[in-house]
Order: sequence, then C-alpha cells, then structure tokens
Amino acid sequence: MSSRAQILARVKENQPTLTNLPADLTGMVQYPDPVAMFGSVLDGIGGMMYRVKDYEELISLVKTQFAGLERIISTIPELEELTEKDWQDLPPHSYEDVDVAIIKAHFGVAENAALWVTESLMGQRVIPFICQQLVIVVHKKDILSNMQEAYQQISNAHYGFGTFIAGPSKTADIEQSLVLGAHGPKNMTVFVLA
Amino acid sequence: MIKGNKDHAALADIFNQDEARVDWHDETLWFVRAKRDKAANTLSEWEALRENAAQIKDNVLSNLHDYLSEFESNAQKNGLIVHWAADAAAHNQIVLSILKAKEISKMVKSKSMLTEECHLNEYLHQNGVEVIDTDLGERIVQLAEEPPSHIVLPCIHKKKEEIGELFHEHLGTPKGASDPKLLTAAARIHLREKFLTRRAAITGVNFAIAETGEFVVCTNEGNADMGAHLSEVHIACMGIEKIIPKRANLSVFLRLLARSATGQPITTYSSHFRTPRKGQEMHLILVDNGRTQQLGRADFRNSLKCIRCGACMNTCPVYRRSGGHSYHTAIAGPIGAILAPNLNMKQYADLPFASTLCGSCTNVCPVKINIHEQLYKWRQVIVKEGYADPKKTMAMKAMEFTLSHPSVYRNAGKTGRWLMKNMPFLVNNKLNAWYTQRDMPAVPQQSFSEWYKKNNNE
Amino acid sequence: MTVGLFIPCYIDQFYPNAAIATLKLLQKLGVKVSYPLQQTCCGQPMANSGFEHLTTGCNELFIDNFAAFDYIVSPSGSCVLHIKDHLHSDGQAEKASCIRKKVYELTEFLTDILKVEKLTARFPHKVGMHQSCHGQRGLMMSQMTELVAPPFSKPRQLLNMVKDLELVELSRPDECCGFGGTFCVAEEAVSVKMGKDRVADHLHHGAQYITAADMSCLMHMEGLLRRQNSQVKVLHIAEILNAEEV
Repeated sequence: MSSRAQILARVKENQPTLTNLPADLTGMVQYPDPVAMFGSVLDGIGGMMYRVKDYEELISLVKTQFAGLERIISTIPELEELTEKDWQDLPPHSYEDVDVAIIKAHFGVAENAALWVTESLMGQRVIPFICQQLVIVVHKKDILSNMQEAYQQISNAHYGFGTFIAGPSKTADIEQSLVLGAHGPKNMTVFVLA
Repeated sequence: MIKGNKDHAALADIFNQDEARVDWHDETLWFVRAKRDKAANTLSEWEALRENAAQIKDNVLSNLHDYLSEFESNAQKNGLIVHWAADAAAHNQIVLSILKAKEISKMVKSKSMLTEECHLNEYLHQNGVEVIDTDLGERIVQLAEEPPSHIVLPCIHKKKEEIGELFHEHLGTPKGASDPKLLTAAARIHLREKFLTRRAAITGVNFAIAETGEFVVCTNEGNADMGAHLSEVHIACMGIEKIIPKRANLSVFLRLLARSATGQPITTYSSHFRTPRKGQEMHLILVDNGRTQQLGRADFRNSLKCIRCGACMNTCPVYRRSGGHSYHTAIAGPIGAILAPNLNMKQYADLPFASTLCGSCTNVCPVKINIHEQLYKWRQVIVKEGYADPKKTMAMKAMEFTLSHPSVYRNAGKTGRWLMKNMPFLVNNKLNAWYTQRDMPAVPQQSFSEWYKKNNNE
Repeated sequence: MTVGLFIPCYIDQFYPNAAIATLKLLQKLGVKVSYPLQQTCCGQPMANSGFEHLTTGCNELFIDNFAAFDYIVSPSGSCVLHIKDHLHSDGQAEKASCIRKKVYELTEFLTDILKVEKLTARFPHKVGMHQSCHGQRGLMMSQMTELVAPPFSKPRQLLNMVKDLELVELSRPDECCGFGGTFCVAEEAVSVKMGKDRVADHLHHGAQYITAADMSCLMHMEGLLRRQNSQVKVLHIAEILNAEEV
C-alpha cells in the first residue's frame, strides 16, 4: 500500500464522529475611525502612515523622504516619473539592491495594520521582501476594521500568491529585543489616499 | 538528544544551578506572556474566537480524511507536487530525493518544527547536503550546535553576550559586541548571501486550506518568503493536522496566532502560497509521523489542534524555570509533554509529570486544548503501561492500603508520623527532597480528629 | 441543612487549626456540621501520580462517609476539585455523581450557598492572597488572568469583609507556587524555585501573612519561609475569616 493510501486509511479509521463547523462569528470589533486605528497600530509595529489627498502629494512626499536613493521601483503607473522603467521581467535575485519598492494594496485592516497584497500588485513575488524599504499605497475607503471583513473581501479570489504585510521585517530573537529589518524591508511607509 | 539519558527533573536541576539565569529566563518569558495578555485584551471577542477556533479544529479532526483528499487534489490542480510520508524517515528521504533530482547540495530552510521533529538537518548533513536555517533564532542555535529551546523563540535561552561570541567566531563581528541591532544586521548580511545563492528552500506550513489547495506560512522576519521566492525549488513540509477547511477560517486563526505567540496583532507576513512561481517547482510533503495514532487516542487527539503558538510555554511556570532543553524533545513545554509520549512513551514518560497541573496552559491555548487534563491522563496511561518507577508503585500500593482502612490509618502511629513517612510529597526515593531547601511542617500536639473527639461540639 | 466536614489528611495531621477554624466558622454562621471520623484521604496523591486505578478504596470510603449529607465542605480547593472531577464508583455510581455535585470548597460554600455578606472577624495585618491553582482554575473561585473576562474573586470578597485587614497586590496574582503534590519532591529544583519566587512576590509587596484556600500550597511556602528565617507567617483563609475580634 502506498504511503498515501496507508495514511488516509489510518485517518479514516481513527478520526472521531463528524462534528459540524461552527457558525461564522458576528459582532466583531469595529472602529469608529478605522484609518486612525490602522495608523496607531502601524506605529506600534514599526511602520509609518501618511494621509495624502492625491498622487501629486504622494509623489512630493516620496521625493523628499527617499531623496538620493538610486533604485526605486513601482508597479503603480501614476508614479512612473519617480521610478525605474521596464524592471518587471528580471530574475528575482536582481532586485537585491532595490532601495525602495512602492506597491499598492487591495485593502488594509485596522485591527492589525496588515495590508493585503497579491502577486498582480507586486510585479514579482519577491519584491515586498527583498527591497530595503517598502512603501504601500492604499485607499482610505479600503481600510477595513477586522480580519473577518478582510476574508469576506478576499472571498474566493484567484491568486498564485498573496500576503498580508504588517510593518517592516522584524525579529526579537535576541533577548526579546525588537530589531527592525531582519531580512526584508528595514522600514515601511503606508500612504493612505483620500 | 544531546543531553543523554537524563530526565526532565535532572535536566531542570542542572538548569537551576544558576539561579540568576533562571530568573532572567523566567522574566523574559513572562514578559512575552504579559504581551500576550495585553494583545488578547484588545479584543472583546477573544474568548469567542478561541471557542470558534476550537470548534473548527474539532471539525477538521473529525473530517480529516476528506479534507486531506480535497486539499491534495486542489493543490495538484494548482501545480504543486504532493508527497505523503508515513514517518520521519520517509519525510527526510523525500526531501533528499527532490534535492538529488535537481543536483542541489546546499539549501536554506525557514522555521519548521516538523523538520525539527524529523531531525531533517542531521539527515541531510549525513547525506552531504548543507542546510542553513534562516530564522535568526534558529540560525543562532544552529551555529551553537544546539536544538531550539522554544518553538517560537528558538534561542530564548541564550544571552546576547553568548550570541555575540558565536557571531564573532562564525560571522566575524567585533569581539565583545552584543548589541542586538548590530548582531541582527550582521546576520542579515550573512543570510542574504545564502538566500541569493541557494537554489532550494524549505518552509514549514502554518495552515493548509482544503477548499483552495493553498497553504499559509507566517513569519516576522520574511525569511520564508525570501527563501521561497528566490528558489528554483520550494519544498513545504506539513503535518497532516495543519489542514483547515476554508480560506475564511484564516480570519479566526490569524487573529489568534500572533497575539497568543508574541502579543503582536498579526505576524509581519502571512503569506498564502497557491501556485508555484513561473519556472519554479513547488513540492508539498504531508507527514503522519504518529499523528494518525494520536488521532485514534480519544483522550489525546485534540492535542492535534495545536497551531504552534508557544503560549503554553510562555505561561508555564515550570517551563520558564527549567528551560526548553529540559524537555529533551523537539517541542518543549506543556504541549510537547502531551505530544511526545505518543511518539515514544518510554523515552518521554517523565514529561507528563513535569507539571503541577496548574492549568494556565489550557487557559492561554488559542484552540482550547485541555493540556493539563491530558497531562493527568497521560500519567495514568504511563503508569498502566508499566513505565512508572517500581519503588513508586510499591509506595503507592502501601499508601492505598492504609488510606482505604481508616483504622489502620488512625493507628499508623503518632500524629503526623505516618503521613511524614508515606505522603508522596513528603517521601520520595530521594528521601528528603522536601527538606533540602524547605523546613518540614511542625507536628502539632494533636490531630484535628483527636481534637474533634475531645471537643465534639455537634 | 446538614454539612459533612471533609478535612484532607495532611490538614488533619499537620494543620488542625485550619480545620478547627473551618468548623467554628461554619458553626458561627449557623450551619450544622458533622465530621465523619472514618475519613482518610480523597485519593488525589495517588491519582495525580498516575495511580488513579488505586483509588477505589478511597472512593468507596469517601462515599460511605459523605453520601448522606446535603453538602460536603472542605478547606481545600485541590481536594474538592479531585472529588468533583474524579470520584467514581462502579457499585455506587449514583451516590458518587451526587457527591460530585454537592462538594464545595469552604469559601465558595460561603459565597455561593450561604451567601455570606458580613463577617465578625478582625485581622489587623497586611495579607497576601495566594490563588491556589486547583481552586482558581479548576473550581473557578476567582477569575483567571489568562482569560478576557470580568474579574471576580470569592476568597477576596470574603477577606474584604474582615475588619482592618489590608490585602497586598501581587506582581503575578495567579502564578502557581510549585507545590503540585509529588511534583514538589520529584521536581525538587523547579518546585523550590517556583515557591521562592511566589514567596518573594508576597514579601516584596509587604505581606505579613500569606493566606490561601489550600493548605498544601501554604505548607510548601511555609517550609521555604522558615528556612529563610522569615517572620512572615502562613495562615489558612479559614483562620483569618474566623479570627476573633481583639
């Protein structure tokens, strides 16, 4: 008997009587001002949030904040003037020296400052992880309160890869002392578009 | 394990020879417990989430056969290559064969307690494959040639000065440097080079979703993603109990996991892998290694609900004061003590006794595993199966006889004498283990029974 | 109402004053209490060591001694929990199940059944309240810090009725003391360390007395206090709730 058949047979033999899945939870936490909550949670996990009224304001902020940095890439057409052209089809290893990556998120979640990003918004899967600094743009209307709403929003969407990103890469493995920039971005900026 | 044949008590005794260090270990983990409390208290629905998660996991265990089949078929449709491993050896062989087919002899691995359980690193090393652990804590214990002492915080037993020494020796950091920022920066440079040059990456799996065939990996460092997205071959290893039915169930588990583990609202990255990257090969290994046996043990099966948050370790007053290595198994602490006897009852017969049954573990568990009740039940099984110390068995039988016969009990001697000789907490094969550091209770003039007979004020 | 007084073996033999205080307190509150003289032990020391199968004699004896009472009250949360969770009998199954429902730890009996609202006790000292785990997490005598739920504490509620008593706050209000039955000798190093840390928390906050609803935890902490030549004393909560006006 193959391992597969053997394992499945043993599972069938040993699993208990069927119990039902619980009903979906209701009445989950709601915030009167989800954007404010998102900003405060993000601050707590080492990120920064800016509210901007349009791309023009966003561009000027990026220009000042990341002045002097050489390699800035983005998947957002509105930011073309700031960023490297035709970068998307290179081998993933070649992004090792990207200083700043600017991508969009489908939505953000106030309770944990996580942003949902799928492959189609990343250019390549490795981008939000390999860059030195990460910038994510999200619309104000797309800040949800909690994770239940988040998965309702994702629903049965098709993606090859998707991830929630909450703040910069971090570790506290050395004596529980928090250090930002473990392997991935050393900081994370979120622009909330009005 | 590296510690030879010593049991938990003996290893804990060694750990306790440096009391200042025990205090430091205890405080560090208590700090994590306190962060967990704070995070849990931000959600008024916390207890409802725990209950919901527990019920989802009950459903998973009761329908595991169908969920596994559904998951496999969806994962295959997504382009994954699915393998099944009955035990640790089979799992390790599968990993090696995948690497051999690609002629790969160096790889990176992010945290996977399953691979620790299977001793994959040793196996690959013996077969000429170099594995670099990329989780910072795991890399540290790997350099120190030790196993992790905690499932979430692998090097929580190490002081920064000791890590500084290791890094000085292996990564060339300045002698005496112990600033966590500096050490982390050095590790970042060291490990980036590995990510960029290794062709294969192993990751663990936190959740696998039956209805979509995708799997989710949670990290703070981003090391699983760095490895996976830069590799030609991604191998994800999971125990068969990691299945959840629906994607929407993640809304419950992702709210519980990091808050329980470290007090963070969510891990930095919660990555959902559904299809291989273009040009990449993605393998998934489903491992049994005793899980189906545990599934068949009615009293212990719900230990399989565990989502590996480590909260039971952080809250356990014994774990905090004995250290992870005292459990001499890959998964330490209360949860490890109910998982390990399933794998080898003789070798781990001591672990269910390494607890006061205080019950704090059960209360912090995000999926409501009745850990302390299972510790009690394992004790019964271990004794029945004959793994108890024969001297203890004799003492218990003598005690049973006296306590079942009131007249024998009353006449067993002067007040307190019988108890002093026979109560298991006052007598033991170590004779005066109570007295070494504690005074004996003073024996009063008369027992309550004697007083009552004289002053019968009914 | 008839109440059977269940006095755990080590209280009978080592801490008769805790038992006397329990009896007198209940009598003061107008309860008719009997102490069956044939009682020995609940069987927990064996069961927690993995020898539950050897507790048949203890179980039968317990049923014979206590089945006839309306309530069974004991100054030990741990022994009560053992009876509640594990008392069973093939021959007297119904009696066993009935006992499991009517056995109470002293303080919960006072707050939940007698609904005591005032006491005459006076105890002009600073007191640290140790939450014994089995009473707290097993019998739910007080809220547990792990849970997201409103706080309450039955023993505290009663201690607050004692005149001039000052309760000290602790850094870790419900951490285990490390007694744990056989654990205290089988895992001597960890047990002692847990006990030392618990005692230190009370001392640090200025407690003159450490009290609890379980004498076993106190016995353990007393052993450590005495070895440290500390002036701080342990007292069972019954002795404080029954303390005479001075």
